Amino acid sequence: MYLRHALCASAALSLIAVGSAQADTITIATVNNGDMIRMQGLTEDFTEKTGHTVEWVTLEENVLRQRVTTDITTKGGQFDIMTIGMYETPIWGQNGWLIPLNDMPAEYDVEDILPAMRGGLSYDGTLYAAPFYGESSMIMYRTDLMEAAGLEMPDAPAWDFVADAARKMTDKDNEIYGICLRGKAGWGENMAFLTATSNAFGARWFDENWTPQFDSDAWKETLTFYLDLMADAGPPGASNNGFNENLSLFQQGKCGMWIDATVAASFVTSPDDSTVADKVGFALAPDTGKGKRGNWLWAWALAIPAGTDNEAAAKEFINWATSKEYIELVASNEGWANVPPGARTSLYENPNYAEVPFAKMTLESILSADPLNPTVDPVPYVGVQFVAIPEFAGIATEVGQEFSAALAGQQTAEEALAKAQALTADAMEAAGY
Amino acid sequence: MATHHSRSAARLMMTPAVVLLLGWMLVPLTMTLYFSFKRYLPLRGGDLGWVGFENYTRFLTSSAFWPSVQSTLIIVGGVLIITVVLGVLLALLLDQPMWGQGIVRILVIAPFFIMPTVSALVWKNMFMDPVNGLFAHLWKAFGAEPVVWLSEASMPSIILIVSWQWLPFATLILLTAIQSLDSEQLEAAEMDGAPALKRFWFIILPHLSRAITVVILIQTIFLLSIFAEIFVTTGGAFGTRTLSYLIFQRVLESQNVGLGSAGGVYAIILANIVALFLMRIVGKNLDA
Amino acid sequence: MARSITPRRKTLNTSLAWAVGLLIFFPILWTVLTSFKTEAQAIASPPIFLNFDWTLENYAIVQERSDYMRFLWNSVIIAGGSTLLGIVIAVPAAWSMAFVPSKRTKDILLWMLSTKMLPAVGVLYPIYLLFIQMGLLDTRIGLTIVLMLINLPIIIWMLYTYFREIPVEILEAARMDGASLREEILFVLTPMAIPGIASTVLLNIILAWNEAFWTLNLTAAKAAPLTAFIASYSSPEGLFYAKLSAASTMAIAPILILGWFSQKQLVRGLTFGAVK
Repeated sequence: MYLRHALCASAALSLIAVGSAQADTITIATVNNGDMIRMQGLTEDFTEKTGHTVEWVTLEENVLRQRVTTDITTKGGQFDIMTIGMYETPIWGQNGWLIPLNDMPAEYDVEDILPAMRGGLSYDGTLYAAPFYGESSMIMYRTDLMEAAGLEMPDAPAWDFVADAARKMTDKDNEIYGICLRGKAGWGENMAFLTATSNAFGARWFDENWTPQFDSDAWKETLTFYLDLMADAGPPGASNNGFNENLSLFQQGKCGMWIDATVAASFVTSPDDSTVADKVGFALAPDTGKGKRGNWLWAWALAIPAGTDNEAAAKEFINWATSKEYIELVASNEGWANVPPGARTSLYENPNYAEVPFAKMTLESILSADPLNPTVDPVPYVGVQFVAIPEFAGIATEVGQEFSAALAGQQTAEEALAKAQALTADAMEAAGY
Repeated sequence: MATHHSRSAARLMMTPAVVLLLGWMLVPLTMTLYFSFKRYLPLRGGDLGWVGFENYTRFLTSSAFWPSVQSTLIIVGGVLIITVVLGVLLALLLDQPMWGQGIVRILVIAPFFIMPTVSALVWKNMFMDPVNGLFAHLWKAFGAEPVVWLSEASMPSIILIVSWQWLPFATLILLTAIQSLDSEQLEAAEMDGAPALKRFWFIILPHLSRAITVVILIQTIFLLSIFAEIFVTTGGAFGTRTLSYLIFQRVLESQNVGLGSAGGVYAIILANIVALFLMRIVGKNLDA
Repeated sequence: MARSITPRRKTLNTSLAWAVGLLIFFPILWTVLTSFKTEAQAIASPPIFLNFDWTLENYAIVQERSDYMRFLWNSVIIAGGSTLLGIVIAVPAAWSMAFVPSKRTKDILLWMLSTKMLPAVGVLYPIYLLFIQMGLLDTRIGLTIVLMLINLPIIIWMLYTYFREIPVEILEAARMDGASLREEILFVLTPMAIPGIASTVLLNIILAWNEAFWTLNLTAAKAAPLTAFIASYSSPEGLFYAKLSAASTMAIAPILILGWFSQKQLVRGLTFGAVK
């Protein structure tokens, strides 16, 4: 009944739209994640409603980033919409490279976007990108293995508990590893996890004078703790494992716990892809009692580069893809568990979505992340798992390579931290801090 | 023999190619040089003024510089040794009479047609993955602990992938050269009772020297700038960061075009040193 | 003259060569096989070699997600166009170097090769800015020009070495008969050089087809060739071996087939003057 109403309404809307606006072709650069591929599959609905057609440029994440960054910094004008994240948006917005999204129509209901997401995708109070989906990080664990270990996961565990549980769950002979964590080098891979985790250990990237802090005890504690835990309870070859590799391991039933993006919840509980779909529990990312939890905040968002010829059509697309109606469209096609999560308040007020097992913990994780005050000690920057300055991606990837080499056993934690400190100091000096 | 007329015609005919290549070299080179003396940070507003040689000293003194030169040379050297040695052996084998020679030759040259990105993806995921890769299954079948190729043996892994791609090229050129060898000479040597090893060393190898030179020269040109294989497999981690990958990191990941351009100038210098070195050692073979 | 050989020796040669050949070819074979598996079978432990339910679903999924023909067409145009353009420019240059050599010919040749050593990443920004200025971004013509320039030194060198092997006397005879320079090149030289030109063309098509830096960075939707097609299947979320294999097979199949059919021509001319 409800669905039919929605369809009627959209049909009526499409008549008006087709009648009034001219048909344009917009080019959209996006990442090859599952939710975006789904969006690509639903393009026809957008074309029907607005008359505009879409050309997709779907690329692997690293290639996409390199591609859109080159284009935006040189004003190449190749794309009408770019898929970017919470790290890029404020920097690009500040440079005036993105078209503000402050004039979205009333029915789009900007206020409905989760405040944390709106905040992270704004610069100086202006929204520059609309969240397609948002995420935090949390613990996903195997309820059966936890029970077998004689433990019970609290909703908000401490790192000591998690480490202890991981060691007890590990059964290397049967290829069960207590904990799977990111180890693959990259600012959006192992450094997202380690930076967020270091916050819980009281560490920070920079002090208030932008002096790198990898020589601090807190970083040493973070890295040593991580390396020890992975040595005892991690899977082999963890230094090459990123989000994807860990997802695959968890789905194959080889991980006891996995701390990663909340969006993974729908993949690990999907009976089609996961062998452990009905044995997964969720908990907040762990802390160490210092007042910060190691859970990050991220959104994949759609932004319009300044200088596009198709601004109106691009806005119509954003209006379509990040709307409440789009969520309902996906729900009616593929079920509520597969809708893009973490972007809108109304989704979490929807009784249908409340039945999804990971909905509550996802929302709680997102709400408990605080990009404005990410660390125990004060810092001059914004961002939980990143530092919102242009130099961060480059520096963190190199630091990530040192940490990854430490995880592979090629150097000690001390050596990795010393190198990280040196190269960060060097890069910050080059950037003029 | 060349008349004045044909000489000027010849010059005229070379002009398009020379002008185009000169442009293709000079325009980017000039721009690279220009950027290399600038503080140019695209994400911080672009051109922030002249800085003299600061980018050059910074790039050279960075802790990543010398290791990256070393990695570059190890990869180039490793691949050259493997492809030339195996290429000679393979060419000798393929030159022997056998059944189905055409098909075997097709099988051997096939990797040369594969996109570097594809071959890196296939090797990384379907062979070297420590859990689902074929190597891991093979190791487990023999009761051994699977090797985490791309971190524990990162350099050998990359050299393996690149060698696999270039072995066909080396084999093809060497095979053509062997086939051009005067077989009577070989047979005469055989009659004289020269052992196979001696025949190889004193007749075949000298004959191949020119072909080996060509293989080394062409492959070096391509190998100095390999990028896709590293980008896809290790992303420069575990000591596999080559000079061109370091430049990529400076330009695209750190968004420091000035610093990256200075690196580009160093890369050109390195390439020319390597080229000069090559010419010295093997260049005389090219004199015709 | 064929060398005489014992049947035993021939059997030994054959089995050894086939073993090596299959070993080298195996990664490609495995990719093609995997493309017909389901995602679950693709990572099955122990691996399944042939005994699986052959399916075309991966190809269907890949085709549905990205319009293969468009990428293929772009690849064909760009690889073919750049090769053709390159040959047109290279033949006269190689001719003059081979038949009217001067003291500097060898230097020019080496200089041309050295332009290939410029690291591509280092000049991405300059080239990108130039392309914006000239409106060449995401156009086939822009990529065609860049790939032509990248491969031009190799083309010239290959043709040069090939032309040098053509006896000068024949050309002189033609000149005696009053052939103009144009006729000399068109009717005397070119027919003799066909094998060399053919293999140059083939090698160049292969190189252009597989070029993955410029083709990725200078295109968006319109001119994107198969290298960009592949970039949307590497490391997505979840299981992907089978889909990646299908996409890879689609990307390499045309060039592999071309290579196989023309391998005789390729081999004949791929000497770079290495054979005297």
